Amino acid sequence: MYRKIIFPVDLTHIDQLTRALQTATDLARHYGAELCFVGVTSAAPGAAARNPQEYQTRLQTFADEQGAAHGLETSCKACVSHDPSIDTDKTLLSAITELGGDLVIMQTHVPNMLDYVWSGHGGTIAAHSDVSVFLVR
Amino acid sequence: MSQNEDDTTNVPDEDGLPEPEGASEIIDTEYETGQDNITPSIGPFSLDIHNPVFVVSGLVVVAFVIITLAFQDAMGPALGAMRAYLTSTFDWFFLMAGNIFVIVCLGILISPLGKIRIGGADATPDYTYLGWFSMLFAAGMGIGLMFFGVLEPAYYFATPWGDQPLGRETGIVDGALMDPATVEAARKLAMAATIYHWGLHPWAIYAVVALSLALFAYNKGLPLTVRSIFYPIFGERIWGWPGHVIDILAVFATLFGLATSLGFGAQQASAGIGFVFGIEGINDTATFSVILIVIITGLALISVLRGLDGGVKLLSQINMGLAVVLLSFVILVGPTWVLVSQFFGNLGAYFSEIVPLSNPIGREDDGYRQGWTAFYWAWWISWSPFVGMFIARVSRGRSVREFITCVLLIPTIVSAIWMTAFGGTAIDQLINQVTESAVFGFVIDTYVPELSLFGMLSELPFAAITSVVGIVLVIIFFVTSSDSGSLVIDTITAGGKINAPVSQRVFWVIFEGLVAAALLIGGGLVALQAASVSTGLPFAIVLLLACYALVKGLLSEPR
Repeated sequence: MYRKIIFPVDLTHIDQLTRALQTATDLARHYGAELCFVGVTSAAPGAAARNPQEYQTRLQTFADEQGAAHGLETSCKACVSHDPSIDTDKTLLSAITELGGDLVIMQTHVPNMLDYVWSGHGGTIAAHSDVSVFLVR
Repeated sequence: MSQNEDDTTNVPDEDGLPEPEGASEIIDTEYETGQDNITPSIGPFSLDIHNPVFVVSGLVVVAFVIITLAFQDAMGPALGAMRAYLTSTFDWFFLMAGNIFVIVCLGILISPLGKIRIGGADATPDYTYLGWFSMLFAAGMGIGLMFFGVLEPAYYFATPWGDQPLGRETGIVDGALMDPATVEAARKLAMAATIYHWGLHPWAIYAVVALSLALFAYNKGLPLTVRSIFYPIFGERIWGWPGHVIDILAVFATLFGLATSLGFGAQQASAGIGFVFGIEGINDTATFSVILIVIITGLALISVLRGLDGGVKLLSQINMGLAVVLLSFVILVGPTWVLVSQFFGNLGAYFSEIVPLSNPIGREDDGYRQGWTAFYWAWWISWSPFVGMFIARVSRGRSVREFITCVLLIPTIVSAIWMTAFGGTAIDQLINQVTESAVFGFVIDTYVPELSLFGMLSELPFAAITSVVGIVLVIIFFVTSSDSGSLVIDTITAGGKINAPVSQRVFWVIFEGLVAAALLIGGGLVALQAASVSTGLPFAIVLLLACYALVKGLLSEPR
């Protein structure tokens, strides 16, 4: 059913991704799909890493660990954005297409008033992606 | 691959920390970007802000607005007096500091340090030359060129108030044109003195700040915030109060500088609209200016929500295109051959007069040196955290030599071309029509500086069209400033994090507009301009320290 599951990940908030991560690993195992972790970073130093190379290293470590822990085939991609506050969604959407993913699973917040005018990353990806998107609240 | 398999947290892995792109010397610090941040939620908005920096600068801004509004009669004169005191007492210090910045930049340019690349030895540029140059020019001085391009050369050429550069003779005395030799000498000096204020010195100030920020963020791995520059001097203490103070000062200078400019810019644009469409007394009340501020803030908000590439970069390029159109028009329709033949003469005059003009001591031209030069230097310095940070953000992948060439030398030449076209045309009008010219009316007869550009354009063909282009340029320059300013303030108040929630940037954009509008209504703009210029003195000292840290930082980079 699915060959490649894309899992957008924020390396600074891994502790908040538990439910989505569980969903993703279970589904990946069920369908025998590859699980690909995608992160968006900037060239300037951030909380997760001091440069894109360090970010890539951390993301790779995370992907390898998940692969080893759940017996899955994993991969990762770190995307560098000029302005991650704004361009994260756009960057993720092009990464999904580029990587050839056929399902996106991501953690999102419970919608509030603000989502009527300004939806979160998950909502935007679901609204604009060509592939299926599974949002985990 | 990390060597440490169980390391999935954010604790810096010192042994495995890779270099950015190719060789660079990463500073080994335990500090992690955003570690002092708090993440409160206000209603549906979640924030990610640096604790003392955001809170203190936010409160100071609010308090300052309230105090200025409450005591406008006392605050205005008090701050005005402080500005006059600072520029007249410390003029030598500002001039000397300016010279040091130029020498440091030129020294780095010709030294082997010029080979170092921002972002590591193999880094590739994020932006094309055109995109990069448009952004740094729009942030650096776009709006000033609109305001002062006609005003300043015409003023120096004919000032009756005795504040001409170097105290030499002016071209027009008591409404009468002097003999041709005096007129030519006054014209050349007026151009040289103007280019001096818009040439190497201001751009050297920006270059020092921008290069330092870029180096310490992209090569050394420190957060993209002003305090990082001072790591070589203060070491780990920079993450404590010395750093908080530096960052808060930077926020203060940026926000008030922007709000003030937004207020003045709105007044200039509305004066221009009144002039073009023949609306009398448009600036008698603040109503129309406040409407313009609302429009500019609204446009800035759209630009902010479109991000760096879709907002600021796009607008900067549109502006660059419009500015080139206006510049070409003035050159082609104005006295073309006079301007072309004067250009190299003006550059020559700039380089031959730069030594007497920048000499900090033993001069008698107080009006020019203190009233103009020291004021400009304080103004550029107080703007430098904003412009420097913005330039730093978009300059990754450039070599230091390329950086200084494009941030120091090329803008100087562009400024000289702009001043030659606008100022040269204005002076030509003054020489040919003397007291009959509109420029004489707005600059010398009744001093209405915001109309000087429109006065010059009104004597060229298609004045209605070019004046509207001028107004549009002023407005878009302000939108880009407001947008890039919010980007910078947001980054500093988020402890150097550039992926903080967008709602914070929206907050700063709206707040800038509100501060500007409130001050315009309360009449506190002049006071605030004085206040933001006053931050120039402490910052000049800070920047001299930055020169030392910059050279030290560059020396430690692998070459």
